[in-house]
Amino acid sequence: MHPALQAVITIIVGVGGCVGYFYFSNQFLDRVLYPATGKNAGRNINRANQIRPWLFLFPALFALGLYLAYPVFATLWLSLTDRDQGGAFVGLANYQQMFREPKFWEAMSNNMLWLIVVPAMSTAIGLLAAQLTDRIKWGNIAKSLIFMPMAISFVGAAVIWKLVYDTRPANQEQIGVLNAVWLMFDGGFGSIVFLQIVPALLLAVFAAFLAWLVYQAVRPLVNAEIGHRKAPWWFTPLRLFFAIVAVWLIWLSLGSILSVFSARLPYGQPQTWLTMPFWNSFFLMAVLVWIQTGFAMVILSAAIRGIPEETIEAAVIDGANPFQIFFKIKVPQIMGTIVVVWTTITIVVLKVFDIVFAMTNGQWQTQVLANYMYDKLFRANDWGVGSASAMIIMLLVTPILAWNVYNARKETR
Amino acid sequence: MAGLKLKGLKKSYGAVKVIHGVDLEIEQGEFIVFVGPSGCGKSTLLRMIAGLEDITGGTLEIDGMVVNDVPPSKRGIAMVFQSYALYPHMTVYDNMAFGMRIAGESREEIDRRVRSAASILQLEDYLDRLPKALSGGQRQRVAIGRAICRDPKVFLFDEPLSNLDAALRVATRIEIAKLNESMPDTTMIYVTHDQVEAMTLADRIVVLAGGYIEQVGPPMELYDRPQNLFVAQFIGSPAMNIIPATIEKAGPSAVVTLTGGVSVDTGIAVDDSEKGKTASFGVRPEDLDISTGDDFLFEGTVSIVEALGEVTLLYVHGLTGDDPIIAKVAGHQKNFRGETVRFTAEKSKLHLFDADGKTYRR
Repeated sequence: MHPALQAVITIIVGVGGCVGYFYFSNQFLDRVLYPATGKNAGRNINRANQIRPWLFLFPALFALGLYLAYPVFATLWLSLTDRDQGGAFVGLANYQQMFREPKFWEAMSNNMLWLIVVPAMSTAIGLLAAQLTDRIKWGNIAKSLIFMPMAISFVGAAVIWKLVYDTRPANQEQIGVLNAVWLMFDGGFGSIVFLQIVPALLLAVFAAFLAWLVYQAVRPLVNAEIGHRKAPWWFTPLRLFFAIVAVWLIWLSLGSILSVFSARLPYGQPQTWLTMPFWNSFFLMAVLVWIQTGFAMVILSAAIRGIPEETIEAAVIDGANPFQIFFKIKVPQIMGTIVVVWTTITIVVLKVFDIVFAMTNGQWQTQVLANYMYDKLFRANDWGVGSASAMIIMLLVTPILAWNVYNARKETR
Repeated sequence: MAGLKLKGLKKSYGAVKVIHGVDLEIEQGEFIVFVGPSGCGKSTLLRMIAGLEDITGGTLEIDGMVVNDVPPSKRGIAMVFQSYALYPHMTVYDNMAFGMRIAGESREEIDRRVRSAASILQLEDYLDRLPKALSGGQRQRVAIGRAICRDPKVFLFDEPLSNLDAALRVATRIEIAKLNESMPDTTMIYVTHDQVEAMTLADRIVVLAGGYIEQVGPPMELYDRPQNLFVAQFIGSPAMNIIPATIEKAGPSAVVTLTGGVSVDTGIAVDDSEKGKTASFGVRPEDLDISTGDDFLFEGTVSIVEALGEVTLLYVHGLTGDDPIIAKVAGHQKNFRGETVRFTAEKSKLHLFDADGKTYRR
């Protein structure tokens, strides 16, 4: 049979089966089991109404149990057994073996890097896009364009970006945009402007912004404002931690400014972007940021629209400039939504697999946990270590998921 | 002299003209109320003074300085919004301190001003609360407190009481009146559609309609001597009864014939050239009295009686077709329904308007 025909039949049977289940089970309940007629009509209606929710929930509960709850426990069990010994129970040996492998720690540290960079970038760019497109006529067109990558599958996006990063020998025409742009630089005046001065300025701005953040974080500790509400005790260590991380980042950016000017760049040679250790992870992250920015923008744009106009007008009368209005009036009011967006993207990032699988397959130090799991489970056929890494991913996702659900519920209340 | 001068102030959104050239002078310390039906431009005018709306034409002077292009924060104004517009993520204290912190005031000065505003408005106990933990009246007091902290030359109120329930509205209205008394040098401009607020608070009322000023004056002047039909009907509740009429006899005391044939000697001087023209005859419901004698203004059948306790409203038919004439008579009245009643009114309480709605002055 033709595959397309098969697909159509599957759809008809599947959808028809679902509709049929709800319709006929409902009919059965109302007509046969507890008919709303005769002597006990009232009692029967009450009983039918008590059963009905379970009747309708059953398919979902059953499917989730079969495909979600059961696999969790099965994976947990598999992670404690060894295939080579015929599935014998080996305790935590798989975990010990995994923790000894440098590839696992590479995947772990890469995942942490993804975890920091992608949600931060997606949320920040999404927020910026939402704010900038808020009041302009063609804002909706811009938003549609930014949102469009959401409609592309991760693998599709990976293929697109693989073309962007593509490399051809130096004497051939480059089909990769990045290399094509790169080869335009020849070490002349333009190169100095675009590859040294502009990045240095951007880094300086970034460092200045961080310095401002450090100031904002530390100021209340040194010199508390009168009348502020008393912050919970854990705010102090959090602020200090935040400040230390920011100072470290400032140090890094200042160092980078120096290296931008001291670096000897290989002009005229096409680069294989995806094989540069450390940086290639960022090239992969760009793909996910590209996809998730649209999501962040759409949600945050709705939140920005929901801010009462009068509070902004009151701030204008109070003399706040656009930056102060954005950071002190708008952002705090949509903080709940920002947290939900941030945590939602964080969960996506923890599970990231397709992009790495399709672009580098974890080579050149780009391994991430999900791809590591796939490697172990389906390439090395080692279900023990594969399941153990799956459990690690679940362990990392669960607390963030719980927090995400908590915040999302708080938002909708 | 910290007054306001509005000279030919205009506002249009594209081709749509909203304010058609408003001229108004406001003295320092005056309490001015803008009233008018919805869509008359009163809020727009206030927002133009605040600087939240651009001025399309004309000039706005505050304190003798043209401020058309001065940003809101530099105009020496403070505004209280209908929806309070408190910053929901800041405590009461921070809400009031925000403007001063932006302006870079010293910590001690901020604290002093916030606490003094809080004590005026009895908010001392709520300083560390978030707005969501306050009642509507408390929120509005915080909004007023935030305005006081700005130490403005001009206070702008945009329908500040319309989100409050009836009892709280009265209490807050009295608080605003007290506030006005305690700050005699501060000009206040207040927008409302509620006549009671306008009449009780204002030094002068500005009645607006369709983007034009209809009349400016003290409340009682507007009530006693409306300049035109619109103001006559807008001020007072229930509205003034208007009966179409023809000028029968001009002269120092014009006689008009009402529809229905009744002749009335109005005691209003009308120029001879106006004789025979159509006009509108007006008399307020509260100026009508029940007459038992033969000397009456008109008579009619009472169709509806609304007893409100201190007064009773009578809806009288038989004179002007379908629209009833309303009479407000004092006290509990015996049931007049269905009866024919004669009404009289003092000559000095009668009003007469020409075909364009302009008042014939006494």
